[in-house]
Amino acid sequence: MATFDLHQRKMALLFRGSECELSMRRILLCNNEGDRMKNESRDIAIIGGGLVGAAIAYGLVRQGLRSIVILDEGDRAIRASRGNFALVWVQGKGMGKGNLGLPDYAAWTVSSSNLWADFASELAEETGIDTRFERPGGFQLCLSEAELAARRALFDRFHNQPGLLQDQPGLRTEILDRKAIADMLPDIGPDVVGGSYCPLDGHANSLKLYRALHVALDRAGAVYRPDHPVTEIAHGNGTFRLTTPRGIIEAGRIVLAAGNANEGLARMIGLTVPMTPERGQIVVTERCAPFLRHPFGTLRQTDEGTIMIGDSREDRTDPAGNRPEISALMASRAIRMFPRIASLNVVRSWSAIRVMPRDGFPVYDQSTDMPGAFVATCHSGVTLAAAHALRLAPMIAGGNIEDPAVAAFSSRRFHVPAAA
Amino acid sequence: MFQRLPDRRGSITLLIDGAPIAARPGDTVAAALVTAGIAPLRTTPVSGAPRAPYCMMGVCFDCLATIDGMPNRQTCMVTVREGMRIERQNGARSLP
Repeated sequence: MATFDLHQRKMALLFRGSECELSMRRILLCNNEGDRMKNESRDIAIIGGGLVGAAIAYGLVRQGLRSIVILDEGDRAIRASRGNFALVWVQGKGMGKGNLGLPDYAAWTVSSSNLWADFASELAEETGIDTRFERPGGFQLCLSEAELAARRALFDRFHNQPGLLQDQPGLRTEILDRKAIADMLPDIGPDVVGGSYCPLDGHANSLKLYRALHVALDRAGAVYRPDHPVTEIAHGNGTFRLTTPRGIIEAGRIVLAAGNANEGLARMIGLTVPMTPERGQIVVTERCAPFLRHPFGTLRQTDEGTIMIGDSREDRTDPAGNRPEISALMASRAIRMFPRIASLNVVRSWSAIRVMPRDGFPVYDQSTDMPGAFVATCHSGVTLAAAHALRLAPMIAGGNIEDPAVAAFSSRRFHVPAAA
Repeated sequence: MFQRLPDRRGSITLLIDGAPIAARPGDTVAAALVTAGIAPLRTTPVSGAPRAPYCMMGVCFDCLATIDGMPNRQTCMVTVREGMRIERQNGARSLP
């Protein structure tokens, strides 16, 4: 019986994060129902097992913290970490919604982009999983003069932010005409009129990143608990009590990393984190021989050869079903950019919900009502993974995130009465 | 490995990487290939593992080949024609 149990645990580990996980877990639960319902106590509980939660947990482990539990939802959770486009993207980061600029976000993004290569090597060394990070520079291609003019205007405003380019050399995004683009990308179609290029843009394999983080966490002894959505947070005598359908989890400190669900969770620790989720669709082609070295805002060839086409935005947030007219438009624009891909078969498409703070910028904060409760939420869980692991986690481990690098991301910015 | 049941169909010729093999009218390309003992048929794009027709009913995508210049065709879903050109695919398909 003991051997069988060990085997089941190994199998469960093997399938962690996969669709097989649920059935394996059910078997485990039958055997362990008794001890599962007992209260569990850890130094730190991370609420959310996606890329943000896992990167922070990984960073805490690097700081020598070992008593960590990661509470995640079940397999039916809406997971941006598995539906995303996997860019490690710098260009345009620092312009939020409504043309509001925040140079701190540009600086934070650049720092993560600069840390990514070391972060990826460290993960590969520890886990044997290559997250396939590359930073060859990225483009956004424009298919009409109006698009190009809008792009140019955006970066004029972006670069005009005081101090931005002085503080972040290399951040400049160049607006290129058709000829300049064609010199770098001979395969572009006749409809491409120009575009923007930032040398700091790159991409990775986000599923491999997700896997690598969880493998590293598991090896470090961090505990992953799926099917543990947190419904209530209580605090007293220096201890947090988190209510889940499978029992109470106690922790000395907590980190809310639940994406769009942070809005409700943050309220429980007295913070305002308004989220405005968006739906996006992605279309994926069959694998083909490598022909695109650079990533594009709406198009990239993955390390394994598929072409991913993306970047639709919809306000609707029901995850069910794709809208074919959106997929068709995305595919048609991609073919106009690179006519060679027209013969490829589409093998998959999906929609996913973007995690999106109301103003587009990350929120990192700690509760004043409940010391030891932190919140971290942002749109770019892949791009910022390195900064979350190597910069934010040490701040959280030290119990203070008043660091100037992240001070601008406090949720206090939302405490401004909205204009009438 | 595979033997045909006796039937009265005639014979047609396909070209596999330029070399002729015999098939019978009504065969799928995959059936013609396995009967001719062509295996492995291809290697996969990511790991380079060998593959041959497996499910024979359009589900597994293991039997992919280039047929008359079109890559990644499911050979189990295409019926043979006289003179059809089949090319084995090693690794990822190319772009035109």
